[in-house]
Amino acid sequence: MAEIDLQKVQKHFGDFTAVRESSFTIRDGEFFVLLGPSGCGKTTTLRMIAGLELPTHGKILLDGEDVTYKRASERDIGFVFQLFALYPHMKVRENIAFPLKCQSVKRAEIKRRVEEVAKLLHIEHLLDRSVSGLSGGDSQRVALGRALVRRAKACMMDEPLGALDAEFRHLMCVELHALHQRIRATTVYVTHDQTEAMSMANRIAVMNHGVVVQIGSPQDIYDRPAAMHVAGFIGNPPMNFLSFRSRVTAGQDRVQLNGDPVRVPTLLEASPETALTLGVRPEHVSLVSDGELRGEIFGLEYMGTMQVATIDTKHGRLKARIPASQRVSVGENVALRLDSERLVVFDTASGIALKSQLFEEQARG
Amino acid sequence: MVDVVVDRVTKRFGEVEANKDVKLTIPTGEFVVLLGPTGAGKSTLLRLIAGLEKPDEGRISFDGADVTRAPPAQRNVSVVFQQYSLYPHLSVFDNLAFPLRSPAHRVPEADIRKRVEEVARLVRIDHKLANSATRLSGGEMQRVAIGRALVRRPAIYLMDEPLSSLDAKLRAELRVEIKNIQANLGATVLYVTHDQVEALTMASRIGIFEQGRLVQVGTPREIYEQPANLYVAARLGMPAINLLPHDLLPADRMPGNTVTVGARTEHIDLVSATDGPAEVELVEYLGSEIYLHLRLGRYKLVTLVPPGRRWQAGERARVTLRSPLCFNAAGKLLAA
Repeated sequence: MAEIDLQKVQKHFGDFTAVRESSFTIRDGEFFVLLGPSGCGKTTTLRMIAGLELPTHGKILLDGEDVTYKRASERDIGFVFQLFALYPHMKVRENIAFPLKCQSVKRAEIKRRVEEVAKLLHIEHLLDRSVSGLSGGDSQRVALGRALVRRAKACMMDEPLGALDAEFRHLMCVELHALHQRIRATTVYVTHDQTEAMSMANRIAVMNHGVVVQIGSPQDIYDRPAAMHVAGFIGNPPMNFLSFRSRVTAGQDRVQLNGDPVRVPTLLEASPETALTLGVRPEHVSLVSDGELRGEIFGLEYMGTMQVATIDTKHGRLKARIPASQRVSVGENVALRLDSERLVVFDTASGIALKSQLFEEQARG
Repeated sequence: MVDVVVDRVTKRFGEVEANKDVKLTIPTGEFVVLLGPTGAGKSTLLRLIAGLEKPDEGRISFDGADVTRAPPAQRNVSVVFQQYSLYPHLSVFDNLAFPLRSPAHRVPEADIRKRVEEVARLVRIDHKLANSATRLSGGEMQRVAIGRALVRRPAIYLMDEPLSSLDAKLRAELRVEIKNIQANLGATVLYVTHDQVEALTMASRIGIFEQGRLVQVGTPREIYEQPANLYVAARLGMPAINLLPHDLLPADRMPGNTVTVGARTEHIDLVSATDGPAEVELVEYLGSEIYLHLRLGRYKLVTLVPPGRRWQAGERARVTLRSPLCFNAAGKLLAA
């Protein structure tokens, strides 16, 4: 297992910049997720680490060794793709063993390692079956087995669960997470699905337009989004944005949201009068008898344990996660309270969060 | 809009009984969602109501009139399928206008324009009316397909997995939109899906299908809180309901003939205790909530906990159940 270091890596395809100068380190044994919408550069980044694309500029170190211009086959990296691409004419055992055969590993050693990996993935009972009759989940486990059996320095996964339906995808996330806790292989995982990223990652790099916007633990990124892109991409439903215009000064703990005063974490930077956005997570909005904002319920989505209310306010539409037991109805006029300690103020034009007490908590750990 | 009544309908495909003795009434203005896994028979029922299939037994009526043998065109239904089949050579406007231009309806052109523009605003495609239908994203195409169904005022809208091919974000947006459009129009909708979130959030009533049979029909709350049997209980809930033997955990209330206990997050009390029988295996952090995976001997238990308290893998806990769902040996729900 190994650490992966990207130093000022860039990738251009003709005039198109797929990845802008990015530097970050993927730690030894870490499950690192590259998250973003399609076209954000996450797959290109993964392919450069793997050696399937060469960077236009910059350096990539694997375990301290400069591998920037080495071929994929010389990098000692395992792969899992969305389409499991198993060899249909081979049995499960032969599929998993294939990378070892290519490396001319001894027969007995192959047998031992294939069985070890199969046990890890709970597919020992399938080893002598043909891959053609396997379920989607089992096929994916075999593909994982084939990537893991080599004990490569790192494992690359490009949307490996993308083809599965939502509930099953979540089950596989749990399985992958548990598997990673057992083997601690350095893993780089690409996805556009924020739930997958949140569920499995030690750290997430959120990308947009070829730029790494924020890197942090799932909780950091969720609780303290550095930019509107991150806040709006993560969360189910994502963070609500309410627009307003104002001037702010450092030390201020209240903003005027189009005339409604709203308490926020103490701001640590100033801004001249400009377009601002107040970010609030749906679980930090509660429906109360007396609150700072008012709105009308546009939609209610009962989800069993909780419900999501979509509310139209004069500042824009927002969603609130409220207990399923709270009886409210569509069309009802309601008062809203926002959890003042958890709000984020963004500069609308740049999308960047203004520094506040909220972000200081992170510094203190 | 009319009441649609399905009475004791059976449909066979060769040996397979796709629908068995199905009874369902869809009153005007209702949003009924049929939920079940692939092959359970929900799409067959939709196709029977549309007139795309004919039942082997039973009767289907619209507002009292028997339409069992009537061809689709005589039933006044609009259908939206998962695969948006737009006319590629037509503009978005002409795709939306198409059902109104059918010789069966004869709508004046000025009315067509007004109606199309109204619907285009509703499905938020009004800025692309002049575009060719092929030059749209997947989400936009599906909104046009839904809009095309909405320009008409049929007896019932039939929707077969209309959101399945869209990405999660758009799906979430369109869920609320479709529900709101339906409520505003007072439209009658039959909606088929295998996605429990769509069923829970959109339906006024849910019908649960199991192997061709409609096993329970009720409001989302009824189905979630009072599932008729184990099969229904397992269809709804995020995380999925924990089904455990009756003697595994202490509970405040349990009828004597209970065999299986169904425990959702709202039935589970969890206290950290070094001598507790449950061990935290995995803490899955999902932002607004945490999925806690616990092991209890050979059983697993998954429950939601608020993000305030940090649980650690390896930590032990004591679990008690508060008014859990209790099922008998046949898997039927026992009254509390």
